[in-house]
Amino acid sequence: MKKILLSSIIIIIGLSFVGRLSYLQIFKYSTSTVIEDPAIKAIYDYPERGHIYDRNGKLLVANQPAYDVMVIPREVKKLDTLEFINLLGIEKERFLKQLNKAKRYSTRLPSVMVPQLSKKDYARLQEKMRKYEGFYIQKRSLRYYDTDSGANVFGFISEVNDYELSENPYYKQGELKGRTGIEKEYEELLRGQKGVKYIQKDRFNRDIGPYKNGALDTLPEQGKEITITIDKLLQEYGEKLMNGKRGGIVAIEPASGEILSMISGPTYDPSLLVGRERSKNYTKLYNDSIAQPTYDRSVLAQTSPGSPFKTINALVALQEHVITPETRIQCYNGFYVGKKKRGCHCGGGHRDLITGIAKSCNAYFAGTFRKIYDKYETSDEAMDVWDKHVKSFGLGNFLGSDIPTGRSGLIPTKKTYDRMYGDNRWSSSYIISNAIGQGEVLVTPIQLANMTAAIANRGYYITPHVLKKVEGEKITNPNFTEPKHTTIDKQYFEPVVQGMADVYAKPGGTAYYLQVKDIEIAGKTGTVENFTKIDGVRKQLTDHSVFVAFAPVNNPKIAIAVYIENGYYGGRYAGHIATLMIEKYLKGEITRTDLEKRMLEKTLEKEYAKPLSGEPFIINERVW
Amino acid sequence: MSVFGKSVLKRLDWLSILIFILLVTIGWVNIYASTYSEDELAFNFSSIYGKQILFIGINFILIIVILALESNFFERFASVIYVIALILLLGLFVFGTTIAGATSWYNLGFFNLQPSELAKVATALALARYLTDIQTDIKRKRHQFYGFLVLFIPAILVIPQPDPGSALVFFSLVFVLFREGIPVFYLGIGLFTILIFICTLMFGTIWITIVLGILVSLFFLLKKKSFKIPVIPISIALLVTILFSLSVNFVFENVFEQRHRDRFSLWLSLEKDPKKLEVIRKTIGYNTYQSEKTIESGGFFGKGFLEGTRTKGDFVPEQHTDYIFTTVGEEWGFIGTSTVIILFSILLLRLVYLAERQKNAFNRMYGYGVVSILLVHYFINIGMVIGLLPTIGIPLPFFSYGGSGLLGFTALLFIFLKMDSNRLKEGF
Repeated sequence: MKKILLSSIIIIIGLSFVGRLSYLQIFKYSTSTVIEDPAIKAIYDYPERGHIYDRNGKLLVANQPAYDVMVIPREVKKLDTLEFINLLGIEKERFLKQLNKAKRYSTRLPSVMVPQLSKKDYARLQEKMRKYEGFYIQKRSLRYYDTDSGANVFGFISEVNDYELSENPYYKQGELKGRTGIEKEYEELLRGQKGVKYIQKDRFNRDIGPYKNGALDTLPEQGKEITITIDKLLQEYGEKLMNGKRGGIVAIEPASGEILSMISGPTYDPSLLVGRERSKNYTKLYNDSIAQPTYDRSVLAQTSPGSPFKTINALVALQEHVITPETRIQCYNGFYVGKKKRGCHCGGGHRDLITGIAKSCNAYFAGTFRKIYDKYETSDEAMDVWDKHVKSFGLGNFLGSDIPTGRSGLIPTKKTYDRMYGDNRWSSSYIISNAIGQGEVLVTPIQLANMTAAIANRGYYITPHVLKKVEGEKITNPNFTEPKHTTIDKQYFEPVVQGMADVYAKPGGTAYYLQVKDIEIAGKTGTVENFTKIDGVRKQLTDHSVFVAFAPVNNPKIAIAVYIENGYYGGRYAGHIATLMIEKYLKGEITRTDLEKRMLEKTLEKEYAKPLSGEPFIINERVW
Repeated sequence: MSVFGKSVLKRLDWLSILIFILLVTIGWVNIYASTYSEDELAFNFSSIYGKQILFIGINFILIIVILALESNFFERFASVIYVIALILLLGLFVFGTTIAGATSWYNLGFFNLQPSELAKVATALALARYLTDIQTDIKRKRHQFYGFLVLFIPAILVIPQPDPGSALVFFSLVFVLFREGIPVFYLGIGLFTILIFICTLMFGTIWITIVLGILVSLFFLLKKKSFKIPVIPISIALLVTILFSLSVNFVFENVFEQRHRDRFSLWLSLEKDPKKLEVIRKTIGYNTYQSEKTIESGGFFGKGFLEGTRTKGDFVPEQHTDYIFTTVGEEWGFIGTSTVIILFSILLLRLVYLAERQKNAFNRMYGYGVVSILLVHYFINIGMVIGLLPTIGIPLPFFSYGGSGLLGFTALLFIFLKMDSNRLKEGF
């Protein structure tokens, strides 16, 4: 015992040490990267975010310097507080509060004292800065907008949140990231790659030189310059026309699928979400739950398409050979569903395809729709065929554009009706509203514009997109360059286009009075009934005004969809705006100044106030 | 060479010497890593690693001197050396220089001498000398007490410096007494006392009483019929234990100082509130926290020589002295740390073996003294650094920076190796 006592102790100690060390160095050891090592500080070098240009090379978004006043509490000497706070433009309480906050964070490390000084304050402060030891000015880069429109297209940038931090190891606390719009979709192109320098620190957090002599350091990679398909002037003009109106406008170049403008009303100046007032402004915009300026109606507002949808039904009927352009249908100032009569505003009489479209005859399209339906033995079969054709226009599903927000819209299927009415317990009279674009069909303005582009192209569309060039190189993404064909053969488009052209060209066409000299426009009006609930009671509101158009008829350069909430007739607000936009884009100037004046002056504020007023109101008033 | 004669060199235990050289070399490499600065262009002799290399040089002169001395020199002069050491320890109260809060050094201008390092060698020699005295009978309680006194005097002298670590080292020489016949039962009592102390702090007296009660009852129930139970001694032992346990809390709260209490709180995780525990870890436990994290960050393979980021950032205090093992851990990883543990274990086991093969009782006892002293340094230092033991400032033999320490440990070892080389000649 006494001879082996010491040897046993030596062995036991040795084993427990090795055990403890393997616990620490093997079991507990995590493959911690250099970033997690407290002895290593990563200093990031942020490249400038890429600029954004419009389709004609006009600057839209760039960067501007902002100046943060920083403080290192330990180095602060006695100072003339009164003079300093005057220069900074803040109150004494705030100054002391910020200083204490900085001290609590660290006395050795810099903290922000006053963020984002205005250029004016910066100029005044800069020359006197030397007097205030421990304070210095740090420059950083903010977004600068060379336009007051396009906020919904650009989106905005803001600090990454905790979820993104855990999802993407690239981002570090406090860094900026595109939140919506182009800034979000093309975040990686625009931001570039930040550079990093690893610095060895001592236990007081002081720098003591580069880590591994900079072997792991990287240089920043500049953000890419991008050109987008938006036409700056058209976008600005459209937003001006939207004055006091709610709704969405989407204009597309049919041949390329490029989005020329994408307007949501009401909107806001993108500069509001930059700089010192950013969070105040954001809260204000975000909390406006009535006008919802941050809600991008051009891609998010789902509504019944109304009469423009008749063009699709016409095409389906032609493709299915249930009508010819000459087929005539009697309009009794309406049509009958069972014994119930439903109205029509076309004036009555016999209608063929072209006059049916030009005058937007409900009876004609109800009849046409029934013919498609009656061609097949079962409702299910009919629905499947109709669905297939309609969906080939990019309706009823996400378009797959590079706008990161969107809605799918809805094209009802047999399943939709089986759910609503029960299996096989529905027939054409249940779904007849779809003939005139009321019913269950829902679309967004961008879908409507894309549908119009497909008609303008006589049978195909290219997925709408906003990215045109990256660093001057045209995009090659096949999704945005290759045509997607509809199921309708080319020859069936001509009569429909003719009908749409007559909307403008022929007396009695629903947009006859919107004609523009020298431009042949094809269009279609829409007037959409809509309802709301006031104190739990379903109440009809003034109709939405919808309009789709493209021009010139034989070589379309622009296809447009306009949807104005509670604008009444399609030819009124939406028709006006669509016509003006087309003229502006094609001619660069406006000859229909009467239309322009009306649109700039007239607002729908009164109309929007009605359901909120709590008083009885009448709808569909004639105001001009 | 003629001084030693060929035979001496031949009979030296080269395995021990090899491990000694390895430990000193590894130690210096790590001192270099933890104290060099990237700004220095050339090797700098006024730096810490430069000084240490001078000490290593002096060390080799010391080894030659020791090997050149007559083998029985130390046996003969043990008492004299012991008395000189005690006088030097006493002298500290008057002439001592205070470094880092401890009055443990004489300032000799070019060199700070730490007499406690000499005293460790002297006490080992003196204890062996006393026990081999013809008049000493270790079986007698009185002589056991005198033997104990030889350790106790230097221990009591270093405590007020304050240097509790060295005091523990002197006490460790009791292993020599155990080897020479003091009942191991004493060691059992000692360990039992420590166990009760720790358990009381962790679980409280009530649990101790319950567990002991159960154990005693089991003992009664499971005993063999023929076995006669010493009822009265067991009852007394039980009573004493419970009384001791009761006194622990009193001692802990009233005799210990707050910093001691904090060290125990940290070590035994007595503080249950995780927030308060975190505060203790980052204030009182800062050293332990940093050293554990530094070792952990080395992983299996380590970060590589001069690549230890925490070492470079001086995150671990006293890294070139008491916490030198953290540099090994960070830069050389588990491979490095386990190598050092294995080297120490082999050296210590080898020394036990050498001690056991001595025919001369003095040599054997001194050998045991050497093992005890080295073992307790190694145990407490590494135990503290890897967070198994509370913080006690004590150097790692052959590793830590410091001239007195290095010379002391080298003398301790080589005096024994010299004795060992002579064992055949002296046999009687």
